Amino acid sequence: MPNTKIEITDLTKVFFKRSERVEALKDISLEIEDGEFVCILGPSGCGKTTLLRILADLETPSTGSFQIHPSSPDRPLQSMVFQERGVIPWMTVEENVAFGLKMRNVPRKISKERTQYYLEKVGLEKFAKLYPKELSGGMKQRVSIARAFANDPEILLMDEPFAALDEQNKFILQEELLNIWQETKKTVLFITHSIDEAMLLSDRILLMSAQPGQIVKEKNIKLPRPRTMEDVRSNEELAHEFVDIWQHLQTEVQGSRAK
Amino acid sequence: MEDQQINHSAIQVEKEEYKKQQRRDKLKQFLTISSPILVLILWEFLSRTGLIDHRFFPPPTLILSTLYQMGLSGELFNHIEVSLIRIICGFLLGVIPAICIGLLMGMYAPIRHFLSPLVMAFMPIPTLAMLPIILIIFGIGEFSKMVTIAISVFFPVVINTAAGVTNIDRIYVDVAKNYGANAKKFFFKIALPGSLPVMLEGIQMGQAIALLTIVAAEMIGANSGIGYVIWMNYKAFLLPQMYVGLVLISFFGYLFSLIIRGLQSKLIPWK
Ligand SMILES: Nc1ncnc2c1ncn2[C@@H]1O[C@H](COP(=O)(O)OP(=O)(O)OP(=O)(O)O)[C@@H](O)[C@H]1O
Ligand SMILES: [Mg+2]
Repeated sequence: MPNTKIEITDLTKVFFKRSERVEALKDISLEIEDGEFVCILGPSGCGKTTLLRILADLETPSTGSFQIHPSSPDRPLQSMVFQERGVIPWMTVEENVAFGLKMRNVPRKISKERTQYYLEKVGLEKFAKLYPKELSGGMKQRVSIARAFANDPEILLMDEPFAALDEQNKFILQEELLNIWQETKKTVLFITHSIDEAMLLSDRILLMSAQPGQIVKEKNIKLPRPRTMEDVRSNEELAHEFVDIWQHLQTEVQGSRAK
Repeated sequence: MEDQQINHSAIQVEKEEYKKQQRRDKLKQFLTISSPILVLILWEFLSRTGLIDHRFFPPPTLILSTLYQMGLSGELFNHIEVSLIRIICGFLLGVIPAICIGLLMGMYAPIRHFLSPLVMAFMPIPTLAMLPIILIIFGIGEFSKMVTIAISVFFPVVINTAAGVTNIDRIYVDVAKNYGANAKKFFFKIALPGSLPVMLEGIQMGQAIALLTIVAAEMIGANSGIGYVIWMNYKAFLLPQMYVGLVLISFFGYLFSLIIRGLQSKLIPWK
């Protein structure tokens, strides 16, 4: 029986800017199973980052609550892969990947092993001693991903990790991510703007409305794994889904423009 | 075959470009050295030919030989030593608390809001204007000179350190928080290294101010040190000896900024 990993209940977040108020999230209720890969798709400014930041404990909900069910007491609840620039410039690649482990005082030996393991996984073992200024954008995102996985959290939060990359790099990193994910079977909550990306990666896609951000639709992607982009593109059913999601996003964007 | 030929000419082009670049670098180096030398030659010439008054502007060669003679007598080294001890002790006396307080101000908003009006109020007062009060409190000994330097160094360093911390990109603070950094780890892994570049700019400024301050302080109230050498020789109308003092200041100013620049590249290899 699959057990629930993340439970979000009636979560609402309002931001106050002087006299103006922004209702970023409204009554979000959501359950995510252990080991599930869930993508969130929605128009810009609909509150995706806000939702992730709340789960990451970087922001507090106005009302409502959420819970991440732990499986073991010495694992951190969550780790976030930031939209960009999340790699710390004054630490070497290696130190960046080991960052979470160091913060939790994981014994040096284990920390070293795990850092080494994930550096190899993302193909950066040769660059371990370099500073981020010497890396390309794609390599930096690899560091971010390795850091999150090395920390071995209960769930992974990823905020458009590939948005700033070119197509080629994006494909490679998506594949790497899927490989690592299949090996670790982590619960992942992944934000993206790209429908293709969502269909390639996820078990389930959540569609959000424009402000106030609500979850308005859900789609299960049943395509067997391991998947490739060719599988996604050539699948008839997914082609229909693509158009459906596309239209949803279009109307939401237009709707929020009209307001 | 054709491919190789293309390759060959490409290398040729780059080689030419590289050579050109080297020539340009040489020219820049030459320009950098040439301006001081040009001024010195012009000065020597004007002074020797009497086009400028050699009593006020003794020729550089004379200043150099005066430096040599003063060095031989050994007295000069005493003055240099005294000044250097004052500068180094005063510098550390100012920089260390400035870094600590600056980091605290940067990390904790309440401390920042509480202390910044005090910093802002004292900063514009030239330390030399406070010299009488410093002398009253600390006496006329060595310590009062070090305090004078310490105060003048304190302000640029404290302000830059606090700014260095507050200007650390928010995202790194979020990363640290997300990965569970406690206060101590945050301090050593984020706040300190992240503020280092701006902090060192402040220390560089402080170093220059320290030199200005010590010379002025020694001219006003001391009987030793480089500033004293300048002032006494001026009063005795021994201008070549006075110029020796100026040359020494210029030398040490250059030396200190080189040291701090070296420190910069050592401490922030990631820039
Ligand atoms: N700290 C904040 N203070 C005030 N308003 C905020 C804050 N953070 C987000 N908002 C507002 O909340 C809304 C949702 O922002 P959020 O960053 O979550 O959107 P998003 O869906 O991630 O957008 P994008 O796809 O462009 O990244 C926006 O209107 C934004 O202006
Ligand atoms: Mg966002």
